[in-house]
Amino acid sequence: MALTNRLQRGAFGYFRAYTNPLNGLVADTSRAGSPCSIAVVGFALSCQAVAVERGWCSREEAARAVLTTLEFFWDSPQGGGANATGNKGFFYHFLDMKSGQRVWDCELSLIDTALLIAGVLSVGQYFVRERPVERRIRQLAESLYRRVDWVWAQNDSPTLSQGWHPDYGFLHYGWEGYDEALLIYLLGLGSPTSPLSPRSFTTWTLTYQWERLLGQDVLYSGPLFTHLFPQAWIDLREIRDAFMREKRSDYFRNTCRTVELQREYCERNPRGFLGYGRDIWGLSAGDGPTMRASGECPSDQRHFGYMARGAPFGPDDGTLCPWAMMVTLPFTPEAALSGTRALLAEYPQACLEDRFASGINPTVDPESGGWLSEGWYGLDQGLLVMSIENARTQLIWSLLRGSTHIRRGLIRAGFRGGWLS
Amino acid sequence: MKSHDLVIVGAGPAGLAAAELAARLGARVALIERDRLGGTSVNTGTVPSKALIRLGTLFAAMREASHLRHPDGDEPVANFQRVAARLRAIEHRVGSFHSAERLRRAGVEVHFGVARFVGERTLVAGSRRLNFRNALVTTGARATPPSIPGLVEGSYVTSDTLFSLEHLPRELAVIGGGALGCELAQAFRRLGSRVTIFQDEPRFLPGEERDAAQILAQSMARDGVTIRLNTSVVSARREPNAVVLETQNNQHNAEARADLVLVSVGRTPATQGLGLDAAGIRMDAAQGIVVDKFLRTTNPRVYAAGDVCLPYRYTHVAERTARMAVGNLLGEGARQSHTNLTIPWCTFCAPEIAHVGLQAWEARKKNIPIRTFTVMMQDIDRAIIDRQDVGFVKLHVAGGSDTILGATIVASRASEMINEVCVAMSTGIGLRALAKVIHIYPSQSDAIRIAALALDEPLAPA
Repeated sequence: MALTNRLQRGAFGYFRAYTNPLNGLVADTSRAGSPCSIAVVGFALSCQAVAVERGWCSREEAARAVLTTLEFFWDSPQGGGANATGNKGFFYHFLDMKSGQRVWDCELSLIDTALLIAGVLSVGQYFVRERPVERRIRQLAESLYRRVDWVWAQNDSPTLSQGWHPDYGFLHYGWEGYDEALLIYLLGLGSPTSPLSPRSFTTWTLTYQWERLLGQDVLYSGPLFTHLFPQAWIDLREIRDAFMREKRSDYFRNTCRTVELQREYCERNPRGFLGYGRDIWGLSAGDGPTMRASGECPSDQRHFGYMARGAPFGPDDGTLCPWAMMVTLPFTPEAALSGTRALLAEYPQACLEDRFASGINPTVDPESGGWLSEGWYGLDQGLLVMSIENARTQLIWSLLRGSTHIRRGLIRAGFRGGWLS
Repeated sequence: MKSHDLVIVGAGPAGLAAAELAARLGARVALIERDRLGGTSVNTGTVPSKALIRLGTLFAAMREASHLRHPDGDEPVANFQRVAARLRAIEHRVGSFHSAERLRRAGVEVHFGVARFVGERTLVAGSRRLNFRNALVTTGARATPPSIPGLVEGSYVTSDTLFSLEHLPRELAVIGGGALGCELAQAFRRLGSRVTIFQDEPRFLPGEERDAAQILAQSMARDGVTIRLNTSVVSARREPNAVVLETQNNQHNAEARADLVLVSVGRTPATQGLGLDAAGIRMDAAQGIVVDKFLRTTNPRVYAAGDVCLPYRYTHVAERTARMAVGNLLGEGARQSHTNLTIPWCTFCAPEIAHVGLQAWEARKKNIPIRTFTVMMQDIDRAIIDRQDVGFVKLHVAGGSDTILGATIVASRASEMINEVCVAMSTGIGLRALAKVIHIYPSQSDAIRIAALALDEPLAPA
């Protein structure tokens, strides 16, 4: 318990350090000049509820911070113009920390908006007292959710696009295969104003890939975060859609199997990377080294920088996400704890100030303990805070179980059983 | 003038296979070819491209070996004149199996010239007029010309014209991330060209398993191919020593220079000038000649086979369907349907990507319950020994049974391994029986047996 306390508190410290208190925007990373990532804001909002329950801040303080954030997103300009913060209720992926304007010529991002909106809904469920601040939070949460035009994001096709750009319209690729898009679909299906059709969801699930891999029957998705992001908010234990009914599984159990698959893969360690083993694993999206080995020999190792890594199909360049074991605490507590302890014993530098770095590659520069990502990434910290809390008290899951929108989204996606009964 | 029992138009793999079979059946056969016997496969397609890939593999292996040699040794460098000479020698050797002389000895009349239907039962070939009781069109397909403004004749090559190169291009731009584009991009890179491949979709090989396409992209990147996904080439212009391509990625425009541009955007059925209307043969712009399941065209006396009428544009399919058409035309037994064929195919990159039967996504679309068993090549001893351990074997079986419905294999010799699955599927051998077949140890095909074993294995605890 001491370890999880320490790591949860350490992760929350990121939001204290890297939030602009004037508008609630949170930096994508701790690096100088980092813009805000709207997805990190979504995590940060939910973490405020955790902070209140843990006694890290007062309810009033948290409510004020949340309200500042929601007011910023509600009041910021929407529309097709280049200086807008969002369009059709969605938001641009990266925003300037001060002005809130779009930066890096980035896209209007469906998944990052979904992560933001999930956080918004969670605070709408948490701040339920009849005080003006909390009433306003609930109103804004509802309004922000209702403003999102999910149907527009289908771009007249059966399934969702990945995003939209003010200069050239919809990105011409969508979501293929099981991944974090589950969260977008569930939010879109639950919308009272612009609901996705159940058919859009089942059409997407046609691209699912269920197979026996390394001794596990899994709905395959390589990087861990793709399983964990939707389940940071939504309790998918023992509720099943048509696909999972057919497979006699559920998304929660599937995540447990994916953890086992990753452990098995890292124990087999086919590429002989340093550090990999049954107790040190965790392939997900994270920062990694970018140097490229010389020569063209097939045995040469290239490195991918920030990348979604996965097992067993790859990509895998020897980079692990040190936080990825602990965030599986609600699913596979034994693996999460033994893995985290093993990592901290072997590579303590991966968790400076009780806060995990985004990536570590022990195979690169092994004399100095391996390559280590500089600073911290907000997504990792938010996922840590929420996952540990769900494992301990199920707080975030409980909040979203109480959301009529989430319930409607799940039912329209065909989920039955468990807490939905 | 006496009618021929069968006149065959086009002497590629389909036409040659049909002519030889028809002659063996005792028919009076004429075979018309406008260019060289062997068609695209032997002369400009499968044979030279696979020979080039083999040479690229050889150089990649030499570079790998060079990591084990004394550090003072030189890096292997390809001499392209010798490479080109090797390609021509291989083409010649394979082509010699199908000389006009051998065909004539087998009883086939061979005519060189452009064939054109002038009636429902009459063709002209050059200056000769041939009446037929039956005809078979096997003219194949030709590389689809690009529709890119500024990319005009002479400023690009296709797979039909690539193999007359005498010099290795320094900078090769490949437009199209289908099978042939990927194969040639990787082969030229391995021979020493700097290669950039442009694909206007988010991944290569859109019809293949996602994991297979991803592994291919990683392999090409590892070889040093510059990959531009989601990127269209929107225009081109010629400069004194280069072709400059204007590219667009989500409307971000950029330029790329190359001294050679290879366009590989598909193949179009070769029907131009055949006079199909005169024979009452219907044509579809995308599919080619319209045939029924027995390969009969809208003229009941004329059949078609291979690339000119079928979506599976592979030499082995062309040969098989051509023999099927001859059987349906001249045989006495029940007619066979081409829709019942078990058709494998392969992309000959490193690693190779081979497939047969249903894909997982197809099964889900058709609401066919399947179970999928996957073994990674990195867990196969022989693949580890060979340092060819990138890839996997995936077998799909019908839910509740051991009937194999499809397979995808990504492995260095996937083209060989897939044949074992084809045998099982064609003869109705189930996965359980396959699991009992003793395979050589160590062998890469043992991955198939190990994948099959999983059918009855209990799951590992999660």
